[in-house]
Amino acid sequence: MNWIIRTLTSSVGKKVLMSLTGLFLVTFLIVHLIGNLQLLYPNVLSASEKFNVYAVFMTTFPLIKATSYLLYGSIILHALVALFLTLQNKKARPTAYAVNGNAEKSWASRNMGILGSILLFFIIMHMGQFWFQYHFGGNHPVMEIDGMTYKNLYALVATTFSVWWFSVLYLISMAAVGFHLWHGFQSGFQTLGLNHVKYTSLISLASKGLAVFFIVGFSSMPLAMMAQFGVSNNLDEAATKVMNKSIKEGVEWKMTDWSNLKPDTKWDKIVTTNAE
Amino acid sequence: MAEQHNSYKIKVWRQANANAKGGFKNYKLDGVSTDMSFLEMIDMLNETLVRKGEDPISFDHDCREGICGACSMYINGHPHGMLEGVTTCQLHMRSFPNNTTITIEPWRAAAFPVIKDLTVNRSAFDRIIQSGGYVSVNTGNARDANEMPIPKEIADEAFEAAACIGCGACVAACKNASAMLFVSAKVSQLALLPQGKAEAQKRAENMVAQMDEEGFGSCTNTGACSAECPKLIGQEHIARLNREYLTAKAGSDFVK
Repeated sequence: MNWIIRTLTSSVGKKVLMSLTGLFLVTFLIVHLIGNLQLLYPNVLSASEKFNVYAVFMTTFPLIKATSYLLYGSIILHALVALFLTLQNKKARPTAYAVNGNAEKSWASRNMGILGSILLFFIIMHMGQFWFQYHFGGNHPVMEIDGMTYKNLYALVATTFSVWWFSVLYLISMAAVGFHLWHGFQSGFQTLGLNHVKYTSLISLASKGLAVFFIVGFSSMPLAMMAQFGVSNNLDEAATKVMNKSIKEGVEWKMTDWSNLKPDTKWDKIVTTNAE
Repeated sequence: MAEQHNSYKIKVWRQANANAKGGFKNYKLDGVSTDMSFLEMIDMLNETLVRKGEDPISFDHDCREGICGACSMYINGHPHGMLEGVTTCQLHMRSFPNNTTITIEPWRAAAFPVIKDLTVNRSAFDRIIQSGGYVSVNTGNARDANEMPIPKEIADEAFEAAACIGCGACVAACKNASAMLFVSAKVSQLALLPQGKAEAQKRAENMVAQMDEEGFGSCTNTGACSAECPKLIGQEHIARLNREYLTAKAGSDFVK
């Protein structure tokens, strides 16, 4: 077994861990983006229904659940190995140059650590705002779909994205995703030794294409929410706007404690807790 | 281009020995011929220092033909200066505009400690070669031409890697001070040819292990090494090293 550990902790081995976890995270991002494009339905009622049913599927379907644990593990491993590599690389160059020619092929390739740190901070904030609230959150809106009660995650997303300063933070983070992948995606293939005269230029193009795809795709969501529900200065203001518009467009609206909501709860069983 | 005589401010790293604290020192140098090589300019500066009774600037040089890999010098932010595919000895003063400042630093890497001024200890590269950068199996007598079928493309690819002069510009250019381009060139030139294939797995494993032991950084595929390499060795060799190393680790008979 020792040879496996020695291989994975060698300089090349650590890069392979970065590559495999990174490429896996890219496949997650593709699914995450395409699935969440449902937020962009112009009709609030059908967007809420589709997105909230999708959210239940994504949090209960066993294969997706199993993959999500692999995903959490990959994020942690990617960040930890990156930290080790960065410290080691800093140690390899103890004295900096007075004049630096910056011969790297891209700005992104020189700043992967900074971009990655922005992303780690973003992921923690993002999971706190949606994932944590969805699973363990307090008093949030629920809606009725076919007589059953669904957590109205759409409303939570709409509320959060309507707050302009949060959306700005989000857009900066999406720019970081784009630049991180501009270098990272094609770098992952090089690390695995996959460099070929026929494919390398295609992979490099795909890397840049993915970067643009993620920036445009993910940025469209907060922009669409601000267009749909108006721009708010804080969460309370945004929540009121989202509630009023949703009710006006036919969304059955109640507030309840998400952490206590059992699956398959009938809509009549829900006792509304006081709205904020 | 007609010969001119230029003036420069030379800002150079001076460090008395490995343990001394170094620092930059400025020198004014007039009457530098544009036909001089960069090393001849340093020779000229050193003559003025010797005449004044000062310690001349220590720097590595040998063939002065661009083929030995002895010269180093990180000039204005680039190993071997800003020209593409050129060693410091083949860089000429006509490439530097008159009345400018030229900043000269040693290679900066923990694995290449400064011995004096611009001279660094590059014996880490020798130890990497000793760990496997050779063919030790009996390959017989010299063959007749074309007795071994080696396609021209493969011979060319091996030759491109073999052009590595081991100067260490890749390490100097890399923001992580990684030696991957050097090691990949040495692994490639042998792995591509039949004589080197016999020991390819062991070679890749041992050379990477020695590289890590020497304290070089890891490769983040920024491409800076290939951009600064005086022999223009490409990134595909690093991919080949990764491939050789990973398949060797997964499939070789050496459990280490």
